[in-house]
Amino acid sequence: MKNAVGREIPERIGDYALKPYEGAYAVDPSKEPVHSLRTAAKPAAGGTKLLGTIEEAVRACGLKDGMTISFHHSFREGDEIVGQVLTAIRALGIRGLRFAPSAVVNIKNPSIVDFVKDGTIDRIEASGIRGELGDAVLAGLMEKPVILRTHGSRPRAIEAGELSIDVAFIGASAADSYGNATGQIGPNACGSLGYSFIDATAAGRVVVVTDYLVEYPCCPASISQQYVDYVVKVERIGDPEKIGMGAARLTKNPRDLLIAERAARVMAASRLFKDNFSFQTGAGAISIACTKYLEEQMEERSIKASFALGGMTAAIVEMYKKGLVRVLECSQSFDAVAARAIAEEPGIVEIDNALYANPFTKGAMLDRLNFGVLAALEVDTDFNVNILTGSSGEMMGGLGGGPDVAAGADISIVCLPVIRGRTPSVTKRVFTCCTPGETVACVVTEAGIALNPRHARYAELKEDLERANLKLVTIEELQKLAESLTGVPKPIETTDKVVCVVEYRDGTVIDVIREIKRG
Amino acid sequence: MAEKTIRLKRTSLYASGVSPVNMVQAVFYNEDMLIYDLEDSVPASEKDAARFLVYQMVKHHRPKDKYVGIRVNGIYSEYLEEDLQAAVRAKPDFLRIPKVEYAREVQDISNRIAAIEEKIGMETGSIDLVVNVESYMGVINAMEIAKASPRIVAMAVSAEDLTASLKAQRTKQGLEVFYARNAVLLACRAAGIDALDVVFSDINDVAGLKEDTALAKNLGFDGKTCIHPRQIDTVNTYFTPSMKEIRYALRVLEAVEEGKRQKKGAVVLDGGMIDKPMELRALTTLAQAEAAGLHVRGEEKLS
Repeated sequence: MKNAVGREIPERIGDYALKPYEGAYAVDPSKEPVHSLRTAAKPAAGGTKLLGTIEEAVRACGLKDGMTISFHHSFREGDEIVGQVLTAIRALGIRGLRFAPSAVVNIKNPSIVDFVKDGTIDRIEASGIRGELGDAVLAGLMEKPVILRTHGSRPRAIEAGELSIDVAFIGASAADSYGNATGQIGPNACGSLGYSFIDATAAGRVVVVTDYLVEYPCCPASISQQYVDYVVKVERIGDPEKIGMGAARLTKNPRDLLIAERAARVMAASRLFKDNFSFQTGAGAISIACTKYLEEQMEERSIKASFALGGMTAAIVEMYKKGLVRVLECSQSFDAVAARAIAEEPGIVEIDNALYANPFTKGAMLDRLNFGVLAALEVDTDFNVNILTGSSGEMMGGLGGGPDVAAGADISIVCLPVIRGRTPSVTKRVFTCCTPGETVACVVTEAGIALNPRHARYAELKEDLERANLKLVTIEELQKLAESLTGVPKPIETTDKVVCVVEYRDGTVIDVIREIKRG
Repeated sequence: MAEKTIRLKRTSLYASGVSPVNMVQAVFYNEDMLIYDLEDSVPASEKDAARFLVYQMVKHHRPKDKYVGIRVNGIYSEYLEEDLQAAVRAKPDFLRIPKVEYAREVQDISNRIAAIEEKIGMETGSIDLVVNVESYMGVINAMEIAKASPRIVAMAVSAEDLTASLKAQRTKQGLEVFYARNAVLLACRAAGIDALDVVFSDINDVAGLKEDTALAKNLGFDGKTCIHPRQIDTVNTYFTPSMKEIRYALRVLEAVEEGKRQKKGAVVLDGGMIDKPMELRALTTLAQAEAAGLHVRGEEKLS
């Protein structure tokens, strides 16, 4: 069957019945009460929940074959918790698990691929799978397709009963023996634990894993003791160098700077750019540069923002310290500066990822967002965006919050170069559709700005940008230009086997990724 | 010779012939002059490949809204003949000739270009020249060089090789090249061509770039060569004319129009004669204003 963005998707894959994407705002939530596996419990005996090893915790949780386990990805590539937990589970002979982290980071030693190959894991549901695992999945590693969900869709799926977590393992940079835990203090502080709030409240069992045990009560505490079954202290939760990465340096790539400055000019030209506006810029090279240019525009015109949302960077923390932004709502901290800032500044707060982006609640913060700046791997002439697969079909990224932000923000700005290396990034049809074109207001490239005539704010944005003398081009012009520079790449060949299902934020299927044929 | 249209020269950017990525990306910045380079940025072992790439780029993918040139290798280099053969056939707007010291060198190159133009059926003289003065001898002979060929549309002064030839120390303030900048500028004015200023080498010093560009503009230069794309927007801003300059340019053109209507041979404004270079400068001023996004031609009642 074909969905509303013209993608051919199967009706059923095994026992999973696919619901086709119908439109960005077309589907309503179920009227059923929200789902949770959390049960009532008696306080732990002896005033401690501390267990000696991860194995003990796995056993105590009653983890069995076929169950679902979860993790957050806030320790990024420095994470060593996922590897330790899976190793312990394998040692206990438990198999056929559904692995459902908020995102799979590219951990290498051990690799997730090993646990798939030996049968410990047989299903994966996450925001993205990259690196070795991504390549292996696309090459047909798994029998069941990987289900990819946006940051907003994961808590929605949990509450809808589509993703029930039996045991959540929550890594914490500091915790006490009774389960109060945080990412804000300790030698491996990672900042916000926003992704884990839903896991803590909806999982059957919750295990906090830390390498920094503090006196009771742990303060601040992001994860509350009332949801936590066990605490395990391990030697180390990860590689401090990779977890505590300093602020990203401002890119020197002139092309990225040009795109970033243009995106900031688009925001500044809009009639929504006035006191108390709100924005989300993200953490890529273009995004950070765009934040700096936005700061310049705000200072020049003495405009202050009410809030910045989502993943925080040192660049945005600096804007807060200058008084340019009143509140930073952090669902994630992208660098050490942003990680520490939550504990230090009253207006920099940690928020639940569901509060950030879940489309089916009584209000996600991104519904109040004026501007969202988004990165992309590809965009097509229907303004559909690909943030998952690269030019040879390889897994390059995760869905993240991009599709959520595009749908929520008044003006969503997709930034990308028209070509990358030898392949065009503005194409006739993206290889994988992740964000539907109807939610994209504007595409900013080094070769010009293209507005989407199908976007609700097209007319006013066009008027505002023309008044500011910003050069507008059509998306077709960008596509032709890209193709004139690179030629038309050979299409990526696939088999019929679906290896990934790309869910839209409402749980419908916007696209599938099929196994790549390698010659 | 073909009638020359007004081509802005506020900023020039080189894209190395050995870097397809740079060549493609350079199209998207806001420089007025884009020069594909076969000279200094191309190692000896890559000269052939660069010549081929630049030929293909200019012939098939040149940006339409820029003044596009090719910098060939030096006058006495073994690569020049092959460079000219390829570069003229690619039909750029101009060739940039490095390290010019004598007028006869330009005349020689101009003749060689003419021979190629004729051979391939191009109108003779259709390719412009921008000459780089990069040594004390070039500075001394600047006046003759500027007038050496009707192809020459601009002369640029380059500081790095020049300071070496002067045995001077290169400084940020640039007093050591101050005379050379002025000598080249005067020669350009005398010849009625555009004058292009030295590069500002520290790409991380934005304040220094602004100061240096303000000086260039105040001295009278028409543009400046940029060493990095990040410098382009700043330099363009400084070469955007003031409202006073725009009003004067509009008055000059009005007077010229009026003279044409009244079939006058000589046109006078504020007691002075308006000559052809003044008219061209007025047109250039308006073109610079329009490039900066100012709507000038529709607003006749600026004063």
